[in-house]
Amino acid sequence: MQRSLQIDPGKCTGCLQCEMACSYENEGVFNPARSRIKVFTFHQEGRFVPYTCTQCDEAWCMQACPVDAIVLNAATGSKDILEDVCVGCKVCTIACPFGTVNYNSDTGKVIKCDLCGGDPKCAEACPTQAITYINADETGFDRMRAWAGKSDNQPRVQ
Amino acid sequence: MKHVIIGAGPAGVVAAETLRKLEPESDITLIGDEPEPPYSRMAIPYYLENKIDAAGTHLRKSADYFEQNNIEVLQSRIDAINTDKKILTPDTGEQINFDKLLIASGSSPVKPPIEGMDLPGVHNCWTLADANQIIDRAKPDAKVVLMGAGFIGCIILESLVSRGVKLTVAEMENRMVPRMMNEQSGTLLKQWCENKGVTVLTSARVSGIEKGSQHPLSVVMSVGGALPADLVICATGVRANIKLCEESDIETKQGILVNEFLQTTHPDIFAAGDVAQGRDFSTGQYSVQAIQPTAVEHARIAATNMTERREHLHRGSINMNVLDTLGLISSSFGDWEGLKGDDSCELGDNDRFRYLNLQFQDDILIGANTLGLTQHIGVLRGLIQSKTRLGKWKNKLANDPTLIMEAYLATVQGQA
Amino acid sequence: MAWTQKILRVNLSDGSIKVEPLNMEWADQYLGQRGLATRYFIEEVDPKVDPLSPENKMIMATGPLTGTMASTGGRYSVITKGPLTGAIACSNSGGFIGAEMKMAGWDMIIFEGKSPSPVYLYIENDKAELLPADDLWGKTVWEADEMLHKKHQDPQLRIACVGRPAEAGCLYAGIINDLHRAAGRSGVGTVMASKNLKAVAVRGTKGVGNIKDPARFMQATQEAKAVLAENAVTGEGLPAYGTQVLMNIVNEIGALPTRNMREVQFEGAHSVSGEAMHEPRKSDGKPNLTTNAACFGCTIACGRISTIDQGHFSVENKPEYWGSSGGLEYEAAWALGPNTGVDDLDALTYVNFLCNEDGFDPITFGATFSAAIDLFDSGAITTEHTGGMELIFGSAEALVWAVEALCKGEGFGKDLGLGSKRLCEKYGHPEFSMTVKGQEFPAYDPRGIQGMGLAYATSNRGACHLRGYTVASEVLGIPEKTDPLVTDGKPELVIAFQDATAAVDSSGLCLFTTFAWTLDNIAPQIDAACEGEWSVEKLAELGERVWNMERDFNLKAGLTAADDTLPKRLLKDAANVGPAKGKVAGLDVMLPKYYELRGWTNDGQLTDDVRSRLSLPA
Ligand SMILES: Cc1cc2nc3c(=O)[nH]c(=O)nc-3n(C[C@H](O)[C@H](O)[C@H](O)COP(=O)(O)OP(=O)(O)OC[C@H]3O[C@@H](n4cnc5c(N)ncnc54)[C@H](O)[C@@H]3O)c2cc1C
Ligand code: SF4
Ligand code: SF4
Repeated sequence: MQRSLQIDPGKCTGCLQCEMACSYENEGVFNPARSRIKVFTFHQEGRFVPYTCTQCDEAWCMQACPVDAIVLNAATGSKDILEDVCVGCKVCTIACPFGTVNYNSDTGKVIKCDLCGGDPKCAEACPTQAITYINADETGFDRMRAWAGKSDNQPRVQ
Repeated sequence: MKHVIIGAGPAGVVAAETLRKLEPESDITLIGDEPEPPYSRMAIPYYLENKIDAAGTHLRKSADYFEQNNIEVLQSRIDAINTDKKILTPDTGEQINFDKLLIASGSSPVKPPIEGMDLPGVHNCWTLADANQIIDRAKPDAKVVLMGAGFIGCIILESLVSRGVKLTVAEMENRMVPRMMNEQSGTLLKQWCENKGVTVLTSARVSGIEKGSQHPLSVVMSVGGALPADLVICATGVRANIKLCEESDIETKQGILVNEFLQTTHPDIFAAGDVAQGRDFSTGQYSVQAIQPTAVEHARIAATNMTERREHLHRGSINMNVLDTLGLISSSFGDWEGLKGDDSCELGDNDRFRYLNLQFQDDILIGANTLGLTQHIGVLRGLIQSKTRLGKWKNKLANDPTLIMEAYLATVQGQA
Repeated sequence: MAWTQKILRVNLSDGSIKVEPLNMEWADQYLGQRGLATRYFIEEVDPKVDPLSPENKMIMATGPLTGTMASTGGRYSVITKGPLTGAIACSNSGGFIGAEMKMAGWDMIIFEGKSPSPVYLYIENDKAELLPADDLWGKTVWEADEMLHKKHQDPQLRIACVGRPAEAGCLYAGIINDLHRAAGRSGVGTVMASKNLKAVAVRGTKGVGNIKDPARFMQATQEAKAVLAENAVTGEGLPAYGTQVLMNIVNEIGALPTRNMREVQFEGAHSVSGEAMHEPRKSDGKPNLTTNAACFGCTIACGRISTIDQGHFSVENKPEYWGSSGGLEYEAAWALGPNTGVDDLDALTYVNFLCNEDGFDPITFGATFSAAIDLFDSGAITTEHTGGMELIFGSAEALVWAVEALCKGEGFGKDLGLGSKRLCEKYGHPEFSMTVKGQEFPAYDPRGIQGMGLAYATSNRGACHLRGYTVASEVLGIPEKTDPLVTDGKPELVIAFQDATAAVDSSGLCLFTTFAWTLDNIAPQIDAACEGEWSVEKLAELGERVWNMERDFNLKAGLTAADDTLPKRLLKDAANVGPAKGKVAGLDVMLPKYYELRGWTNDGQLTDDVRSRLSLPA
């Protein structure tokens, strides 16, 4: 059974441990600016919303890539960037309607969540269980994904 | 079932793959006239910059990919389509018949109607072959004149600068990327390029190209004067490759006319990509967009509709672009020019080359321009495409347009 | 390594900005943040300097663990000479800007001189520039924050800013970062404003790497986080109630200073407690508390985010205060509540919002206001001074009026900006000022918690709970329980807390971790991150070194043993109710012992022995 990240913003305290864990795993430094997961603050509402790629079925990013640099990881279901293939054209960053592929000007390539290959460090670091890694069919991400279907221009190819 | 696809660019390849997934048993033939394996034009700038080799531009990386997927790839040119008999006659080899045909022949650069376009050293930047010609001539300190500061022109700017040439850009309109960015951001872009040592002439029309004295070429400007050049690159726009439909009953205007199923006026023939005059999400009108994401979107929908029992509606593609001009990143989405009555908000910081413009209809986002922004810009597409009512977030955005991600999370995702 | 090893020196007088390498020899002796910045400060600044003159400097400093995954590793401190106290001022803040500074590549920023016109410092990684702030001057912190975010088009920009009272010379203005985190005490914001520096805005995208032993660091920080999670205070109490968990506890033991320290228990304590913040209001059915929130990297998350009832008199016609923002923590709740006799939770929350919005210390403000009530009560000030407002204990209206007057700097509001010492002197009743070295007390009555009396009297930055929090031991039993009513053993306890605190304040970690952590939990994290060997002993000694260095500065600044004292009300007027009934603060027995244990002379001077043992600068 494939698993996915479940995010419960109600539990989030905005501590950014997840962002640090992510950037440390992927970049070797503590650097929220390079985190694949991002916590958004709604100050007026008193709410923190962690947010990252849902590994959506449509994989708009993957389809838009002109050089086949984004590939499906069959084991985890994640859509992974092949850094040596990516040319940094950024088309995926405008194609993903969730805003979860981002350009890294330091490397000239793009970055996105790859579920840490099946052991997501953000979930491990979160002190409040606002992020958990659970069986895909139980996740609240379904709601997010449902949206993708709503305005979907694209056929689902099984 | 026998599917044939004309054009082995991104649209053709994605269509072939989609067909293969949906119909494992069908015959699929992909015909392209370029000598290389199917490749992506979009990768050419990075090839020019030496970021990748020619193989890095290939759409699929393994040599036997198409064979593995049982997709027959032919290199030949199709000049006409016999729609009655459903037969194609390639310039080489045997006749090919089809049950369903997809035309994905892309577009080609237009040649401005001026003297001297055929002189040696005057090139388009459209194909890998063009790119190789440019690489030959764009040596360090060579004088290069780029005609047209449109999207393609701007995107190869960086590659040219990185090759160390002395670059002059001549654009007819009053700013750079006039069809992608509004006046303010286009002007900022020009300043940025000038700061980086590129000469940018706007409102500058080239009236002809002549043989030069010290340098092989001389680019004559309509306002007077001439620019010496070793290489002239022409990027003055593209036109859909519709010539192959001329003798047939497939109707064309700007491009091949299609309906909301991407079906041409012939029920068994479909069109996708740069050649298709497909539905625009923002205007609801049918137009040629000539961008990669649209090509791929078309391809998947058209291919789905070419198989049996499937009717997938194309609700329209959002015209969008992202551009990296010497490190300054700009993007445009949808109806960035906005509607009459101009319900929009903008935020600019000229000193820092940052600019953001959002266009609304009621409380729905319909278009955007960004400059100097790289994070989470995809949500602009998300907001436009989902036609989400922004409610109170519209005012918040009007006050501070940088809160796009927050607005998206709060409205589309209902998170706040 | 963990340090970025780079300092930014900003000369506001001539507008120059220089990059300097961090003095690594000092880093080995003083670690970072409070210790290291104080070392720089005493090297460069004449102790006799007028705090509000251009010759005073102000340092914003991070610690080596700031910006790392160590829990609570987001702190920075502001070191300067304080205008309220004339002593060394060192205010520590959380939020996010400390980590951002580090991510941008800076261990500290030293500000010197005074800008000819209002400016702010903008940092984007290596790029640092002083930009005009004429449009920001005269704006509240919240307004300026919004303007800067918009101007730079970056929601991720982290901003520290001073408010209007700082500009107007209020002596206890703080520096507010991230809207509601504060380097709050001793008037560090007043110093900043005196330099015509309105704000510091930072964006850092370089990250913090450079960890000595990354694998061991991850292991050590993870283990330490587990300790926080399992501890009743840091794992449950603080996340649920914040520091406000203390309100009812301290009230019960009869150590809740009430009505300008006239009493030690407050009948309305429950209404303004952490528990009450959870209870649905009668008026709108919603609780005051919206959620808890963390500072950068903090796995405790004691921060309060509150929302005021839209119908409450304080915000009725002010929709700009209807959204949520930083809520009450214990010291603020006490100063604004029990100490002024007000038990209206939403009123306190509103006043707290304004303290954040306009950048001043709620403890000193609340205590100054309650001293003003005493002055009013005694007839020294009248409605003529206040423009008609009756100053009485328990009046939420008067409290709200006072805070608004201070923000606007109008009429009596100017007087309130003096702090209680100067206010009470001005009106001829110095005895109403509950201060040490000119700084107001926080929320623990030394008659009921004896150790705190000594901690206040000897604190290097004036009365303060954060220099030696013996409450942990005397009330909560951390690390072990001592009797709050006895003085025996308290000098030892105070010294241990003072030194450990100085070490923690030099690391980049939050002091609140020490509800669960001792130096045994902290040392391994520092040792894995930083070059050199960092044992518990080394840290304890470092703490002692920092403490003595600060003391040394104060003595050179002109303070004497006579300043190590408490107001008469605490030394002479016994507690009237509760467990401490009949007690006064037993400072007279503790202080000599304290000097002796510190190795100081009996008039509180440092000895050569101490200097050489700790290798203190001359
Ligand atoms: C330098 C450059 C940079 C670009 N950058 C971007 C970018 O950043 N973002 C973006 O969205 N778009 C970009 N584009 C545009 C993008 O490449 C096109 O939109 C995309 O290639 C369209 O795909 P297509 O499959 O429709 O057409 P094409 O890629 O043009 O493929 C069509 C193929 O069909 C062949 N063909 C044509 N006629 C026949 C025939 N009669 N018989 C046989 N074969 C035929 C052509 O030779 C070609 O190989 C760029 C283009 C260029 C040239
Ligand atoms: S990055 Fe965006 S498009 Fe790509 S898989 Fe994730 S959500 Fe889908
Ligand atoms: S680690 Fe958990 S609590 Fe902390 S910010 Fe991330 S999601 Fe929120």
